[in-house]
Amino acid sequence: MTDTLTPVLTDDWDAAQSWKLATYESRGGYGALKKALGMAQDDIITAVKDSGLRGRGGAGFPTGMKWSFIPQDNPKPKYLVVNADESEPGTCKDIPLMMASPHTLVEGVAISSYAIRANKAFIYIRGEVLHVIRRVQAAVAEAYLAGHLGKNIHGSGYDLDVVVHAGAGAYICGEETALLEGLEGRRGQPRLRPPFPAVAGLYASPTVINNVESIASVPSIIANGADWFGSMGTEKSKGFGIFSLSGHVANPGQYEAPLGITLRQLIELAGGIRSGHELKFWTPGGSSTPLLTAEHLDVPLDFEGVGEAGSMLGTRALQIFDETTCVVRAVLRWTEFYKHESCGKCTPCREGTWWLTQTLARLENGQGSAEDLDLLVDQCENILGRSFCALGDGATSPITSSIQYFREEYLAHLEHGGCPLDPMASTAFATEGASA
Amino acid sequence: MIDEKTYAELREIADRYPEKRSGLLPMLHLVQSAAGQITPEGIEACAEILEISAAEVSGVATFYTMYKRRPVGDYHVGVCTNTLCAVMGGDAIFSRLKDHLDVGNDETTEDGKITLEHIECNAACDYAPVMMVNWEFMDNQTPASATQLVDDLREGKEVRSTRGPKICTWREAERVLAGFPDGLADEGPSAGPASLVGLKIAREQGWTAPAGSTSEEKAND
Repeated sequence: MTDTLTPVLTDDWDAAQSWKLATYESRGGYGALKKALGMAQDDIITAVKDSGLRGRGGAGFPTGMKWSFIPQDNPKPKYLVVNADESEPGTCKDIPLMMASPHTLVEGVAISSYAIRANKAFIYIRGEVLHVIRRVQAAVAEAYLAGHLGKNIHGSGYDLDVVVHAGAGAYICGEETALLEGLEGRRGQPRLRPPFPAVAGLYASPTVINNVESIASVPSIIANGADWFGSMGTEKSKGFGIFSLSGHVANPGQYEAPLGITLRQLIELAGGIRSGHELKFWTPGGSSTPLLTAEHLDVPLDFEGVGEAGSMLGTRALQIFDETTCVVRAVLRWTEFYKHESCGKCTPCREGTWWLTQTLARLENGQGSAEDLDLLVDQCENILGRSFCALGDGATSPITSSIQYFREEYLAHLEHGGCPLDPMASTAFATEGASA
Repeated sequence: MIDEKTYAELREIADRYPEKRSGLLPMLHLVQSAAGQITPEGIEACAEILEISAAEVSGVATFYTMYKRRPVGDYHVGVCTNTLCAVMGGDAIFSRLKDHLDVGNDETTEDGKITLEHIECNAACDYAPVMMVNWEFMDNQTPASATQLVDDLREGKEVRSTRGPKICTWREAERVLAGFPDGLADEGPSAGPASLVGLKIAREQGWTAPAGSTSEEKAND
């Protein structure tokens, strides 16, 4: 039986100057890189496959399998690209990881690049996190000086260059092919797949794109073994992950646990819902994953469990809302976000998100009619599955799920001639116990 | 102004990449650092170096929200109004700041000090409501702390990020985003308090990940 919380990625975060190379090395850092450089590259890929690690950026695709799709007989250079464009609303795990322990990521980049035979890697970080970019830039510079990056790493004959690349503000660049467009100096608009990036990615060369947390998990797998990783988590969702609790809990923050922990357990660790209030709705993995409610408190937070409950594990971004929060207001705001961030390439998403916003705004203002709920569902059906990427799909998730669970609250806006709740009551600075 | 030094640095950015066009995003950050906004001159310089058309550069500069085509103040103040932060107080903060500074969204105060903008989720939801000043974290804000913050910035008082260094100017920040470090990486804490709540409980309870395997063969089976 594993412990309730299993700090691995977060384990160094409370060390003094945890971001420095000296701190990281004093705790065993870069030992996994040295071990990996003595292994056959295919054995590293096998170890990551055997561990059961699935992508931590939301989709959950098996990481080792992704690496094995790189055609090694392709004469073009291979690339590793780290997706550090953490932007999904509610998601806040990669940013503290890179701030506190950038070397965990850099070591993971070195091992992963070696495994897929890449000599050039890119870390694409969203531009809006200046201090995180400073820390990763500094870690890469330190790693070069120590010989963990650069030419002939630790005498292995293996060369690796790493470029830290700052984005410029675009949620869509979290989508892997849009990220590649951004990294090629273009507007971030998703590409049609196939061909998948493994075959034709950056500069039409074989490319692996992995989330920060996925890559940062690799050193621990190499150091401790695939079985160790697989001893945590559930049958098909192995290992640990960072669960990010935000909103109306007593102690929001980061909780690193085996996959399969429940929200009930996490809320208890977080000191409960804020005093005097009760859970109303929550997102399991960011705003693009359908809302869940108090009836889902005991759902195992792994890929299968959350899927069976009608949502998605996503990025384990648990946004918690209590009864003071208006679900219509919450959903409208997310929809405005998707409208703003739609890249404009595909018509259903570009036009559909505008229509959704208009219909929702009318309902939030207490105008319109009950038929607008059917209209919303119809609009969602015309967006879902009809675009190149998942942004439009994600835009429909909060709408259809909120209508499923909170139809009465939408109707109450019509009866009330506007929102029946007091927005001040939901703020962090509302008087304790204040109610709507 | 795109002077010779800046032009040389723009070239230097392009040279970091196997294909030079990949340098465009950081190059545009450098244009903003040098010129205070995206300028026609800056667009031309990027186009010339990358051997693409000015229209192609403009197409990129208008796509990404961090690029500004009007002068930005010394301090870009962002208030997260995505759902979680909005509910937790971001809407109230943004509304208070608009009144207090007498500006609308994406506008700059008359003294040229502050540009106010509502922003999307900045990946710090456990510190909601969140503000960003020149893309440094200002965690756990209230309307009162937010007005104090902008007053201090306007008066030239020292303001420090809750998880980072003393706030530099927007143009200085843009230079770091272009890939020219400012030597401030060692400022600030390892992590803010919310980032450590789970780890603290694990320490108190003696909870850890299982002991690692020592057998290399195991990993390679």
